Amino acid sequence: MNRNIKDKIVEGITGISVLVIIFIIVSILAITIIGGWPNLNWAFLSEFPKDGMTKGGIFPAIVGTAVMTIIMAVAAVPFGVITAIYLAEYANEKSVVAKTIRFAVKTLAVVPSIIFGLFGLGFFIGFVGKNLDSLFNGSELRWAQPNILWASLTMALLTLPVVIVSVEEAIRTIPRDMREASLALGATKWQTIRKVVLPGSISGILTGTILAVSRGAGEVAPILFTGAVYFSSHLPHSLSDQFMSLGYHIYIMSTQSSNVDATQPIQFATTLILLLLTFSLNAVAVVLRYRIRKRVK
Amino acid sequence: MKIENSMVTFNKKKFRFSDWLAEKVIKAVAFLSIAVVILIFIFVFREAFPIFRMDNKVAASTETLVQESYGSEGTVKTEDKIADSQIDNSNKKHKSSDKPSSTLLSNTWMPVSDNPRFGLWPLFLGTLKVTLIALLFAAPISILAAIYTSMFAKPRIREVIKPVIELLAGFPSVVIGFFALMVMATVLQNIFGYASRLNAFVGGIAMGLAAIPIIYTLTEDALTAIPKTFIEASLGLGASRRQTAFYVILPAAVPGIFAAVVLGLGRIFGETMIALMATGNAAMISMNPFDSVRTLSATIGAEMAEVVFGDTHYNVLFLIGSLLFIFTFALNALAEFYFKNVVVRKYQSRK
Repeated sequence: MNRNIKDKIVEGITGISVLVIIFIIVSILAITIIGGWPNLNWAFLSEFPKDGMTKGGIFPAIVGTAVMTIIMAVAAVPFGVITAIYLAEYANEKSVVAKTIRFAVKTLAVVPSIIFGLFGLGFFIGFVGKNLDSLFNGSELRWAQPNILWASLTMALLTLPVVIVSVEEAIRTIPRDMREASLALGATKWQTIRKVVLPGSISGILTGTILAVSRGAGEVAPILFTGAVYFSSHLPHSLSDQFMSLGYHIYIMSTQSSNVDATQPIQFATTLILLLLTFSLNAVAVVLRYRIRKRVK
Repeated sequence: MKIENSMVTFNKKKFRFSDWLAEKVIKAVAFLSIAVVILIFIFVFREAFPIFRMDNKVAASTETLVQESYGSEGTVKTEDKIADSQIDNSNKKHKSSDKPSSTLLSNTWMPVSDNPRFGLWPLFLGTLKVTLIALLFAAPISILAAIYTSMFAKPRIREVIKPVIELLAGFPSVVIGFFALMVMATVLQNIFGYASRLNAFVGGIAMGLAAIPIIYTLTEDALTAIPKTFIEASLGLGASRRQTAFYVILPAAVPGIFAAVVLGLGRIFGETMIALMATGNAAMISMNPFDSVRTLSATIGAEMAEVVFGDTHYNVLFLIGSLLFIFTFALNALAEFYFKNVVVRKYQSRK
């Protein structure tokens, strides 16, 4: 009897922990929706900010985020897929090289995002950009300053491990028989990878891309000083332009805007948009991943 | 027929070459991750290094910095610096205290002033305080939740709980920061009744939220990795699920749970946006958890955009970045090599 009571108490305490976490998640969602929904309309999505950012929409921030994540994906996905192919198909698990690459990928996954920002500033802007300018532009400043290209590439490095992990997982679910059948028919290893392994892991590549985009759209720290701006009167029309981003917009509006209270509806609505974006992307990734895992069983 | 045969051999040779090339290219690209880690090391450290040798050059280098200044405040700051160095020349007592590297261990962080001081102690203390609060909140709750999910929950409920808690990992940290700033700060202030609305406590709880999915997922993995035979043996001997969980599974999973907490710690330690938005950002030395603090990462995030390129302040911020990088790198290595190896060595033979 005593034991039964103890069992119930422990089960209760652990169960309450789960409920507390779920309660917090639900309340973040609920408060964001309640605060942001009334201000959400077509004009908000399609207009530029007006009256010193206190009115108007977030159109440039949406476009900026979209363009940045597209450039990021174009840079990160091919490298991520190839690294995953190497790890799953070529690397000898016990070799030092494979272990080092794996450790490097894990390190990239845990390095704080602000460090990527510093790296972007020190490497892309202070080193690559500076040298590009002195080579091609004389003394004119063009690449040695924050812009959308450097921000996207910085973000690509941050999201590289996300792509690698999902693609490798997908590649590993392709049955051995299929590879062997292909090799037995006389195909070379590269042909097998191209014609059997890659088509079979398309959904994994898609999952990785979506997760990377979702992560990239939400991160702010890496772009704080590599390209994001508070306000831009035009959309970015070249790679050396600066851009507005949803996450940065939320940060600036809620901490540094001239009138934080007056812009609260804008802040909530922007947060809602960002949350909707990352959530729907994550949901798609979860469904895709579930389908990949089902294939194993 | 002969022609066809020769075609085949021709094709084969050609494809062998492409095979060779593909392998080389793939291998080269795979090395990129290693290269990036090394480059991060080099470039973050490179920008931090000058503070240890430019002590005497501060005044001399200010003029050349004007062209490279970055951000609108550049000129203002340079003027400050020049004024500052003039003061220094007239008053030699101040000169020794003005050496940037010698102020690193002082108790004040005041980078923008006539006599800039770069004392890192308040930032260290602030980071420690916030990290401790976040960990004390996140670790127990995530571990308990993981125990419930793996031991007590029915399979169908588990299928719901896991993805819902993992959803939290998909929340951008700026959203959690915004929630902490707008909602949690007010709610917690009403409950505890402290003076400053944004402080280490609010920031710590918010950062804990960011760490919960990491600690939860990895702990859950560690718990389910324990061989089924352990559980069955324990249940078969008449132990209840609670006893099995606490006396059999939990002890066996301790290294894995430690690794989970260490990785959660890394996430909290480097978290920038939540620290910027919810901790109040005042660098002061105080042990009170309800005082405002400024963390290392938030300092970089808040000040880097307004700093003069190549200035001492700029170098000190990179120095802070290097410290953050070394620390998270070490934590990751610890989790990866020490804890994982312990688990593997202990249980691999019994699977």
